[in-house]
Amino acid sequence: MTTKANNTPFLWREYQKEIADDHYYYVRSCVRQNFFPGAEQILITLLKKDLGIDLCVDSEHTTCTGIGYHVDLVKLETAMTVNARQFALMTEAGYSNFLVSCVTSFGLYNEVLEIWDKHPEIEEQVREYLFKATGRTFNKPKNLVHASDIIYKYRDLLADKIRYKLVSKETGEPLRVIDHIGCHYAKIFPEKGVGGAEYPSVLSGTVKAFGGGSIDYPERRMCCGFGFRQYFLKSSRGYSLSTGYKKFKAMEPYKPDLIVANCPGCNYFFDRWQYVISELKGETFGEEGNGIPVLSAEELAALCLGYDPWEIGLQMHQTAIEPLLIKMGVQYDPNAKYKGFSGEQLKKPKIPELLKAY
Amino acid sequence: MEKLFDRLKKDVRFQHGLTSCINCGTCTAICPAASIYDYDPREIADQLQVDDETILEKLLKGDTIWYCGQCMSCKTRCPRDNAPGLLILALRNLSIETGYYMHSPRGRQMYALKKLIGETILAKGYCVHADGVDTNLFPELGPIWDWVKKNSEEVYNQFGNSYNRRGSGVLRKLSDETMHELNEIFAVTGTTQRFNQFEEDAAEQAEKTGIDIDESIWNDYFRNNYENPDYDDKSQ
Repeated sequence: MTTKANNTPFLWREYQKEIADDHYYYVRSCVRQNFFPGAEQILITLLKKDLGIDLCVDSEHTTCTGIGYHVDLVKLETAMTVNARQFALMTEAGYSNFLVSCVTSFGLYNEVLEIWDKHPEIEEQVREYLFKATGRTFNKPKNLVHASDIIYKYRDLLADKIRYKLVSKETGEPLRVIDHIGCHYAKIFPEKGVGGAEYPSVLSGTVKAFGGGSIDYPERRMCCGFGFRQYFLKSSRGYSLSTGYKKFKAMEPYKPDLIVANCPGCNYFFDRWQYVISELKGETFGEEGNGIPVLSAEELAALCLGYDPWEIGLQMHQTAIEPLLIKMGVQYDPNAKYKGFSGEQLKKPKIPELLKAY
Repeated sequence: MEKLFDRLKKDVRFQHGLTSCINCGTCTAICPAASIYDYDPREIADQLQVDDETILEKLLKGDTIWYCGQCMSCKTRCPRDNAPGLLILALRNLSIETGYYMHSPRGRQMYALKKLIGETILAKGYCVHADGVDTNLFPELGPIWDWVKKNSEEVYNQFGNSYNRRGSGVLRKLSDETMHELNEIFAVTGTTQRFNQFEEDAAEQAEKTGIDIDESIWNDYFRNNYENPDYDDKSQ
């Protein structure tokens, strides 16, 4: 069955989403700026330089308060008003397409817009709060897009430009890639994500376009284990670690070469829990004591396009990226890994007991 | 006094989180928290279908509502479009507003979260900022984080060259005007008041239990609250 308008199979229509071609106002992620700042910065370069997209990078937007909201610190009214301020900045800058780096933020912005859609009286109240606190007014975004959406949209165009495919240099076979979609990307509002919650293709589609193979495994759609307050409080951090361990054990038999995630939190947990599991249980999930390298969608695209791994911040991963670089045949300078902004060679970080580092 | 249920029903998250639960248990089957804790989202939804003040008060005072990890997998799978994860947000909000959260060691951990995240938001404009995160608080950050912290200027300035300074790169310093607006929003919408409530309630609990507390983050009460929520229960 197809729709007359575009010949898209009708059943799949609900799994499509609108992703604007150009002109975006960009909001950054708190978590990513801290732990994977290269991913945050290279997205801007990819969009502006490689894709020629007009992107407004505003230094005055704040956190969306998403983490604070989901740990029950920040009231819903406050979160909505802070989000409204971001929309006000977008409006003042002359934009109507809103590009979000973080998946928690993406879920919250969608939740707020949904509440306003169903309860105009709440939107009105928020407008009053915002005006009282800041004197600002706003238009709602016409198009709300996550960073992984836009990479997905232009995956074929990027694939035409890539220098390194997701293919083993040694065997010529596609690399085995685990894709992990952050829960708040499409589990709350499936219609807001490419492929919805049941058939999310926002990452696997990009991976395939870049030559990689996608692994289907048990627990593929399970949460990374963040758990918000469960992680932030040391007393309940076992929740997060146990859930992460379950994911690694489920993917282990498929011998993944790479994990790709679209959520800064998920990237962090897949990267860091491999270190913790190696220290606590003596287990590693890659080959010969290595971990499974973990990339964000931006890092993946940039690496394939031929950006220097250290320029995109891959030295800040605890789980070493080098096994992937070697498999892909990426040319890199091992001696430049720990150079600083000034060009100074910084003293290397301490090596974990078991998990290999370079 | 207004009934607890009437207050809960005013919360938009309750209105959209519960339509009609058929007790199928799909939410519990898929819930990461249910596989870790004695936690059952199906039971929560079922309990809220009965307009019973006693049951609701018990939920608001108990540990159960604090176990959810907010992944919202329950929302996706529910065949009746319920969202126990949203109900939890509404319940926690009411538990805080009524002060019942102080009856649960896990509820009382709002204090530690306020210190860790709330103060960072109001001081820096970010939920998390490298300056307040170290491997004592979060050992899993690993040796790479110790390296980042030791060389923070050299590392972060590679990505936009505005670490803790004005500019548009990562971890830029937000302007005084922006921070003022953010703080005003928190004040106008009631979260500042909520933060003060967490401080006052924690100070009272610390006094009751004889645990030292002050304005610094690493006070004894914070450490116990953050690492061992049952500690101040045992001290009583």
